[in-house]
Amino acid sequence: MTEPASPLLSVRDLKVHFPVRGSEGGVVKAVDGISFNIPFGRTVALVGESGCGKSTTAYGIIGLEQITSGSIRFDGNEISHLDKRARHDLATAIQIVFQDPSAALNPKMTIGDSIGEPLAIQGWRKEERRRRVSELLDRVGLPATYTERTPNALSGGQRQRVVIARALALSPKLLVLDEPVSALDVSIRSQILNLLMELQKELGLSYLFISHDLSVVRHLADEVVVMYLGTVVEQGETGALFEAPQHPYTQALISAIPLPDPRAQRARERIILKGDLPSPLNPPVGCPFVGRCPIRIDPCSTIRPSLQPAASDTLAACLVRAPAPLAA
Amino acid sequence: MITDGARQDEGPVLAIKDLRIQIGGIDVVDGVSLSASRGRILAIVGESGCGKSLTALSILRLLPKAAKIVDGRVELDGGDLAHLPEKDLEDIRGNKASIIFQEPIASLNPLMRVGAQVEEALRLHRGLSRAEAWREAVAMLASVGIPDPERRAKQYPFELSGGMCQRVMIAAALICRPRLLIADEPTTALDVTIQAQILDLMKRLRDEVGTSIIIITHDMGVVAEMADDVAVMYGGRVVEQGPVDTIFAAPAHPYTHLLLTTVPRLDGHRKSSLRTIEGIVPSVDQWPQGCRFRSRCPLATDVCAQRPPLDPVDAAGHDAACWHTDRLMELA
Repeated sequence: MTEPASPLLSVRDLKVHFPVRGSEGGVVKAVDGISFNIPFGRTVALVGESGCGKSTTAYGIIGLEQITSGSIRFDGNEISHLDKRARHDLATAIQIVFQDPSAALNPKMTIGDSIGEPLAIQGWRKEERRRRVSELLDRVGLPATYTERTPNALSGGQRQRVVIARALALSPKLLVLDEPVSALDVSIRSQILNLLMELQKELGLSYLFISHDLSVVRHLADEVVVMYLGTVVEQGETGALFEAPQHPYTQALISAIPLPDPRAQRARERIILKGDLPSPLNPPVGCPFVGRCPIRIDPCSTIRPSLQPAASDTLAACLVRAPAPLAA
Repeated sequence: MITDGARQDEGPVLAIKDLRIQIGGIDVVDGVSLSASRGRILAIVGESGCGKSLTALSILRLLPKAAKIVDGRVELDGGDLAHLPEKDLEDIRGNKASIIFQEPIASLNPLMRVGAQVEEALRLHRGLSRAEAWREAVAMLASVGIPDPERRAKQYPFELSGGMCQRVMIAAALICRPRLLIADEPTTALDVTIQAQILDLMKRLRDEVGTSIIIITHDMGVVAEMADDVAVMYGGRVVEQGPVDTIFAAPAHPYTHLLLTTVPRLDGHRKSSLRTIEGIVPSVDQWPQGCRFRSRCPLATDVCAQRPPLDPVDAAGHDAACWHTDRLMELA
């Protein structure tokens, strides 16, 4: 099968800025110019630490957050400024799965009604709904008898299966997965990750995968976008990015994950960053990472680097590792 | 009374013996024995509901009201804390043993300057004057890596980041140079680059102060990074314990083995189907008889209906509670 030339989702220079109330005013640039594509059937991961803008990016794409500027094309159509009606229709094609399945399910509704709700909204009849719900339960590995249960009778992993089933109800093309296994017990996570990989293969789904867990990201994603303070510091094919990360922040992030192997961990050269993330209200003028960067040079505090090709085929925003070509 | 002196450097700093904790008549911690030695880090690892946090909380008798210690001893330097009058415990908490929690911001008093929270234990236990205690608190904030500690000491928790709040907690916990620090998921709420800083700090303080540390975590990476010794808990019991290298290189309990192989690894085969542990973590009222892992264990047989003892598997202080340690290669 050849891949269609145009991607399913194409995000160009997306910005989501929030005005700050109060005497000082100002604006928080939660997402400040991010671009990426998600091809059909592929997984793109947004990674970074809290406050980096990864979830805001996703919410901007699905219309949960008002975007400031930029273009979002889905399946060939611009979707960044849809009216309510068109947004409603788009919900059949893009769905989201949140981190905490307990908060995502109505505790008073049966599992069957929860999964069937998007179908009901789209006008499916009761009999069709029932058939589709049992098909979906089977698909996510739950027994059909679960339709009559309520969420409190289910474990965390089972609830996340229900949430995934509901997201799949209208046969979407794109699933936004916002930390889908972070709230689950360790011994349950691999069940859900396997399910997500199987569903992608069977249904040809595309995933926008948001996670702070880089081991999981490396396992699932085809491409990774590393964010820091609302900007992209590095992006590229997963294998390349993990094998030879170019941006010092990506390097620090990967090096900060403790390996589940004490001998390897002791032998490892680790980069421990100093300091905290700067306040998004008052970000550095130049490179957003300059205050914590172990390899900074003078210009980094005044010039904001743009994404440039770096060694090992990734794009990196770093004056040291990926200097912009001199103007001809 | 807790005795100071000669015996401190012999024997373990903390020894938990056959601890049983009940909630509503159910043994949620069921015969746990653990020990922490001077200057060493013990990791208690397990999933939600395994009893690791209750075990940790019970050491300083901080259990929620519904939970009761019904049996066992908690010996700090030889003295039993499990049966100490509440009044005497005040001498221990924050002085000989301290605890830090997952949510540093929730653990700090929002209405108190952070410096005052750090010095509190000194004034309480050491009777230092306000000026002396403040000076030491500022020095302690500096040594846990808080930049500009004089200014920060006068700030309130909301003015500090999560990572900085956790440093403040550690400073407050260590200001009296306790024999034991209990850290309950101390980095779970933090970002990885901040986690790396905090773990590094805890190890450095262990080296400098000689404090024994018990770290409670569900993250095998954190265990590998921090621990000298490991206790793996499941269903309210210790199912395996031993030196960290042994536990990772040659786990003897199927649960430990599966836990180590189920998570994606940074050096694993991408997109491959991951190994799973079947079933769900049973709730406390649904634990099976005998071995509590048997409902999910691929090696389980009829004999597993009997409770397996925590027995030595080799000479190196490595114990496992499993009838089938000799069949572990079947999981490979």
